[in-house]
Amino acid sequence: MVVKFVVNSKKRAYKGPPFKRLIDVLRDDFGLTGTKEGCGEGECGACTVLIDGQPVNSCLVPVGQVENCKVETVESLGSSAELHILQKAFLEEGSAQCGFCTPGMLMTSLAWIRNGGSDKSQEIREYLAGNLCRCTGYQHIINAVIGAVREYKKAKARRKGLFLPSPRVSGERAG
Amino acid sequence: MKFLKAHTPDEAVRLFGQHPEAIPLAGATDAMVAWNVGRLNGKIILDLSAIDEWKTIQILRNSLKIGSLVTHAEIQRHPVIRKKFSLLAQASSQIGSTQVQNRGTIGGNIANASPAGDTFPPLAVYNALIHTVSFRGPRVLAFLDVFAWVKKTRLHPSELIEAVEIPYPSPVPKRWMFRKVGTRSAMIISKTVAAGLLWMNKDATVNKLRFALGSVAPTVKRLKTAEAFVAGKRLTPDVVEHACRIMADDISPIDDIRSTAEYRLQVSQNLLRSFLKF
Repeated sequence: MVVKFVVNSKKRAYKGPPFKRLIDVLRDDFGLTGTKEGCGEGECGACTVLIDGQPVNSCLVPVGQVENCKVETVESLGSSAELHILQKAFLEEGSAQCGFCTPGMLMTSLAWIRNGGSDKSQEIREYLAGNLCRCTGYQHIINAVIGAVREYKKAKARRKGLFLPSPRVSGERAG
Repeated sequence: MKFLKAHTPDEAVRLFGQHPEAIPLAGATDAMVAWNVGRLNGKIILDLSAIDEWKTIQILRNSLKIGSLVTHAEIQRHPVIRKKFSLLAQASSQIGSTQVQNRGTIGGNIANASPAGDTFPPLAVYNALIHTVSFRGPRVLAFLDVFAWVKKTRLHPSELIEAVEIPYPSPVPKRWMFRKVGTRSAMIISKTVAAGLLWMNKDATVNKLRFALGSVAPTVKRLKTAEAFVAGKRLTPDVVEHACRIMADDISPIDDIRSTAEYRLQVSQNLLRSFLKF
C-alpha cells in the first residue's frame, strides 16, 4: 500500500504494510528519530506527534490512517541556531533531565499554545496529563509551558502590530 | 493481516457484508494495542476512518445526532453538547488523555463494549439511541440494548454503528452529575463511573431519577430499583439511605486489578448519596 502524506511541510510517500505504526514509519522509513517510543501502548505520550494540528500517540496510529494528513514531529520546531519559544522555555526552566519525554512534551505543549490554551497551571496539567515524566516532577515543565504561552501571546500581538504595555517598575520615571 | 479501507458508508456496508469476520477500525486507540502484542495477526481489518459522512454532528429539532466517527475531542468542544448534554461533554474530556481523545471515537467506544466505557453512563441516562447500518438495512437500538456482556455487543454480523442520537432532556433536569473515580487522572480505566439526572416536582418530591453506573457490572447499568423507589418521594435522609442500600440489587461489582468489589460498591453508594442529598 502507498500512503501519501505531509511530514513537517514535506510531501512523503510511504510504501509498505498499512498497519505499520506511524512512529516506526517516522523513525525507520523517514529517519526522524526525534520521536521516542516509551510504552508502545498510548499510556506515556513520549511518541506524541501532531496530526492536522492535534496531538496523538504515534504508536497507536496505523500509517494507513494518515493518508493526506499533515504530520508534525519535534524536528519541525526550531533549530539550535534559532530555538522555538517552547524549546527556549524548556531550556531556561531546566525542564528536561533524561530528556526522553521531552519531544512528546514539546509537541503536546505546541498544540496547547497554538490552540490558544491559557497560562493556567491546572489547565496545562490536564492537557499534558497523557505525557508522563519520571524525572522532573513536572513543575519545571509546567513552568516552561506557562512562560511559553505568555511569550507566544506577546509574539502574536507584536506580529499583529498591537501594542502591549510592558509592566512598569514602580518608581521608574521617563528620562 | 488483510487491510480493507472504506471511503463511503455504502462501501463500508458492502465490504463488511462480504467479510463479516472483519474487525471494524475507527480511531484505533484500542485496536493498535492489541495489534502491537500480536492479537490481530491473521485478522481482517475494515478501516472506517476515511468515511466523512459519519464525522458530523447534526442538530435536529428534538435531538442531536452524533456520527459514530466523531472524536471525543470534537464532542467536548461542541457548543450544543456542552450546553445541553454536559455529562457527555465531561465524560469525553476525561477519557484516556488529550492524545486518545483526538483519535478515539464515540462509535468505537460503544462497539468496544468495555464495562468501563466512560461515555456509557451519560448515554444511558440521556436515553440515547444507536443507529446502525448493514446489508440488511438500517436499524435503531436503545443504547442499553447494545450491550450483551463484557466486550460483547448485540450487533449483528456485518452491522456497523452509524450514529448516536440523544433526545434533548425535557424539561431541563433540576440536577445532573458525572463522576469518574480512578487512580490517575489520565489514561486510567475507571473503578467506577457514574452519571445522574434528577427532575423534581413542585411539592419537593422526586419526579424522575435516572442514574447509571459503569465498571460495576459486565455492562453499564441503570439503577432501575433505586430509580423507581425514589419516584414520588421526598429525599429525606431515610429515603436516600434506602436508595443507596437497594443499589446492590442492580449492580454486581467484582474484585480485579483496579479495585475491590467492596470498594466499588461503597464508592457507588457514596456517589448516589452525594447526588441525592441537598
